[in-house]
Amino acid sequence: MKLDILYFAWVRERVGKSQEAVDTNAKTAGDLVDELILRDAGYAAAFSDLSAICVAIDQELGDFTTLLKDCREVAFFPPMTGG
Amino acid sequence: MAARVQEAPFDFSAEVVAFQADVQNAGAVVTFTGVVRDDSGCLDHMFIEHYPAMTEAALQKFALQAMEKFGLEDALVIHRYGVLTPGEAIMMVATAARHRKDAFAGADYLMDYLKSRAPFWKKEVSKDHTEWVASKVQDEDALAAWSDAPKS
Repeated sequence: MKLDILYFAWVRERVGKSQEAVDTNAKTAGDLVDELILRDAGYAAAFSDLSAICVAIDQELGDFTTLLKDCREVAFFPPMTGG
Repeated sequence: MAARVQEAPFDFSAEVVAFQADVQNAGAVVTFTGVVRDDSGCLDHMFIEHYPAMTEAALQKFALQAMEKFGLEDALVIHRYGVLTPGEAIMMVATAARHRKDAFAGADYLMDYLKSRAPFWKKEVSKDHTEWVASKVQDEDALAAWSDAPKS
C-alpha cells in the first residue's frame, strides 16, 4: 500500500523531513511506526515516546491502533498547541 | 459560520463589526483574542506551524459543534500561522447567541477545542534559544470537562 507520511513540529525536526511517500504493509499506524524506527536514529528519536505523539489518518485524529486500510495520508505530530 | 486560517494579520475591530452586523436575532456577542506574550522578556518571535490539509476543516467542525451545543446564532474563528512577534494577535473567536451565557460558554468551549485539537504547533524563538511550546495538562482537563469531549 502506498501512502504519504507527514511530520510536524519537533517530530518533523527529528525525522529530518516534512513529508515522504512510502510503500508499506503496515496494518495500523503503530505498525507503520515500528517500520519507521528501524530506518535510522532520527526516526527512533522522534518516536521514542509514543505517549507524546498524536496521529491523524486522512486528516482525522486517530491513534496507533487505527487501521490504515485504504488510507492515503498519515500524519505524526506532538500534542497540538493552538489558541 | 466562518473559520479562516491565514498568515496575514486580521483587523479585530472590523471583524467584530462585520460579524455583529451579519448576525440576526442575537442579544449577545462574545469575543476572545489570543495574543503573543513574552514571559521571559527576550522572545524574538513565535513561529506557528500547522497542517494545511486539516486545519480549516478542524476549525469549521469545532465551530459547528459549538453552534449546535449552545444554540449559537453564529460563530467565527480566525487563526494565524507563520512568524508572529510579541503583542501580535494569534487568533480570535466570536460567538453570537440570544443570551450571554450561551455566547460565553460557546466561546469557552471553542477555545478549549482550539487549544488541544486544532493542528497548530507553536515554537518560541529567542536570541539564543528555541523551544516548541508543550501542551498543558490543564488544557486537556479543560477539554475533558465538556461532556462531549473525545478521550485523549
